[in-house]
Amino acid sequence: MKAKSESPTIKELKFVITRIKKSPLSIAGIAIIGFFVAIALLAPILARVPEGQDNPYRLPRSGWFSEPQPPSPEHLFGTAQWQYDIYYGCIWGTRTAFRIGIIVVAGNLIIGLLVGTLGGYYGGIIDELLMRGTDIVWAFPGLLLAMAFVTVMGPSLDSIVLALILVGWPSYARVIRSEIFRVKQEDYVEAAKAVGCSDFRVITKHILINAIYPIVIMASLDTGAIVLSAAALSFLGLGPPPGYADWGQMISLSRGFIYKNAQDPLGYWFTWTYPGVFIFTFVLGWNLLGDAFRDILDPTLRRR
Amino acid sequence: MEKTIESGDLLDVKDLYVNFYTYAGVVEAIDGVSLLLKQGETLGLVGETGCGKSVTSLSIIVLVPPPGTIEKGDILLNAGDKAINLLKQNDRTLMNIRGKDISMVFQDPRGALNPVYTVTQQVGEALLLHRREEMCKRVLQNLERDIPEANTLKRFIYNCEKKIYEKMMNKPKSPSLRTLSKIPIINRYQGRLRNEIRKEVVELLRIMKIADPERVVDMYPHELSGGMAQRVVIAMALSCNPRLLLADEPTTNLDVTIQAQILLLIRELKEKMKSSILYVTHDLGVVAEICDRVAVMYAGNVVEVADTFTIFKKPSHPYTQDLLAAIPRPGKEFKSIRGEVPALISPPKGCRYHPRCSKAMPTCALVKPQVAEIEKGHLVMCHLYKR
Repeated sequence: MKAKSESPTIKELKFVITRIKKSPLSIAGIAIIGFFVAIALLAPILARVPEGQDNPYRLPRSGWFSEPQPPSPEHLFGTAQWQYDIYYGCIWGTRTAFRIGIIVVAGNLIIGLLVGTLGGYYGGIIDELLMRGTDIVWAFPGLLLAMAFVTVMGPSLDSIVLALILVGWPSYARVIRSEIFRVKQEDYVEAAKAVGCSDFRVITKHILINAIYPIVIMASLDTGAIVLSAAALSFLGLGPPPGYADWGQMISLSRGFIYKNAQDPLGYWFTWTYPGVFIFTFVLGWNLLGDAFRDILDPTLRRR
Repeated sequence: MEKTIESGDLLDVKDLYVNFYTYAGVVEAIDGVSLLLKQGETLGLVGETGCGKSVTSLSIIVLVPPPGTIEKGDILLNAGDKAINLLKQNDRTLMNIRGKDISMVFQDPRGALNPVYTVTQQVGEALLLHRREEMCKRVLQNLERDIPEANTLKRFIYNCEKKIYEKMMNKPKSPSLRTLSKIPIINRYQGRLRNEIRKEVVELLRIMKIADPERVVDMYPHELSGGMAQRVVIAMALSCNPRLLLADEPTTNLDVTIQAQILLLIRELKEKMKSSILYVTHDLGVVAEICDRVAVMYAGNVVEVADTFTIFKKPSHPYTQDLLAAIPRPGKEFKSIRGEVPALISPPKGCRYHPRCSKAMPTCALVKPQVAEIEKGHLVMCHLYKR
């Protein structure tokens, strides 16, 4: 028989691929994120760093004139206030967006996993302390707390990232804790202990592997939302200084140019449309990808 | 003061008390249980649902789930020349004993297998934890055999592998090995160990009489039938030749044909591996089939202990008598025990069986009876029998 020669991993992979093929939205999500990954990787080719500039994330400017200029062959997407090149900003901003999304989600995951796992597995007083801690963070409106953190640390991209990590982990901690509570009661956990596994081994090899899926889906759905929050903070002027390749910051630059004048109300459309479209598509892509992950990973949905 | 154990005895549970602290109050699940298990014998632990059979067996591997707490008592395990009190050991020692000296077969075979691992990985875990040295030795033997035949490059690789495995045998927890096992490509040396474990698992499954073990080892739990899953669970428990096997109703969820096969298998394996078995069940038919001695439990007490023949021929405790009378027989009127199992949150005073007992006397409601040895090896906890 041919079926026997295939290892379970290959079989699983094939199954996942057929699953993805069946849902056009998953393909769209993967395509969008793939497109952005390509942009981020090819940024130095797509938007050449001007000679003599050592930081590629600083937008090149052609002059000091304050009125934005419409798209032209030199500036594909036009220029923003003070003649910052929008095309360059959108391309290099992709890298910034990935950086924010991935670092923040990774940070959230690490803190959330640690707190949720310890609380869920050991229970009792440890759980009580950790969960009351998460409740405290949870009690504040997220964006407001993040703003407060950034204000204290001083406006910059790094403080936005740190603030979003400090604000975002409680939801992860709660989900992972409840999942661990569920898995911990399964017989195979007891069986693993009866075989002589240490607590660490039981947690990593038997509990987490069965409890991690909701978190993976959450993380991919969250990546988009986090980029949106970071853009919001940047827009409020808490992000990097003007001229940094960051989508939120670029929309903030175009704040004064939404309306031109009575004859030509949308005359400055390019200043906010391009960065806006980039943010919109990026977030959409992550959400679709999150749905795809759910379809692939959720055993209750998949085998139908 | 060192507690001692006689050389013929394997396990001695003395005066065990286990309480569960729930919101509704303290549940006295185990109220002074004493059990003695000899080397190589099968002891049946019988009783109704909720009488503390499972808690007793979980206490023996010191894994009573919270909010349960072992209040007092001793559980002595014969370890060659001396007795180990399992309740006084630290976690590390216990981890070494669990799976190696004492292992457990769980009630629900499907639940006891982790859905994300294949059979090899699950059974292999016990091998990896307790028989790593032996496995490494086999790998080394294979390497010795391969080295002279290999060409220069391969010989170099084999020699490196040999060094790694020698180190693994001597210092399995060294940090350098841990780092090596995380580096891609280099960590492929583990393939040999994995192969060896797979072979051993196939061998174990063959002993369990699973058809086509080569194929079954790579299956996931959901692909196994109930009987197969139970055999795998038993294979897992027996993988390290434990001296004591705690079987917690291992055949309850199976149909009678499979049940018979599993019972036969357990009996054969016991002969072969010279293990002792504590067989927890509520099925008296199974008890008659495989047990040498029987302990009858009621509401957290062991009320009667005797060899299987005596229990069935001359049951002495009123509860045992009622229990045996309650076995439905064709052509006879069905007799059930009146009343119901007491909630252990407020157990009856005195003898816990007295509200349901047909032979209850005034003292039964006041004084907890003492254990009396009415014949050699026949212990009864009842006021009807004087010490």
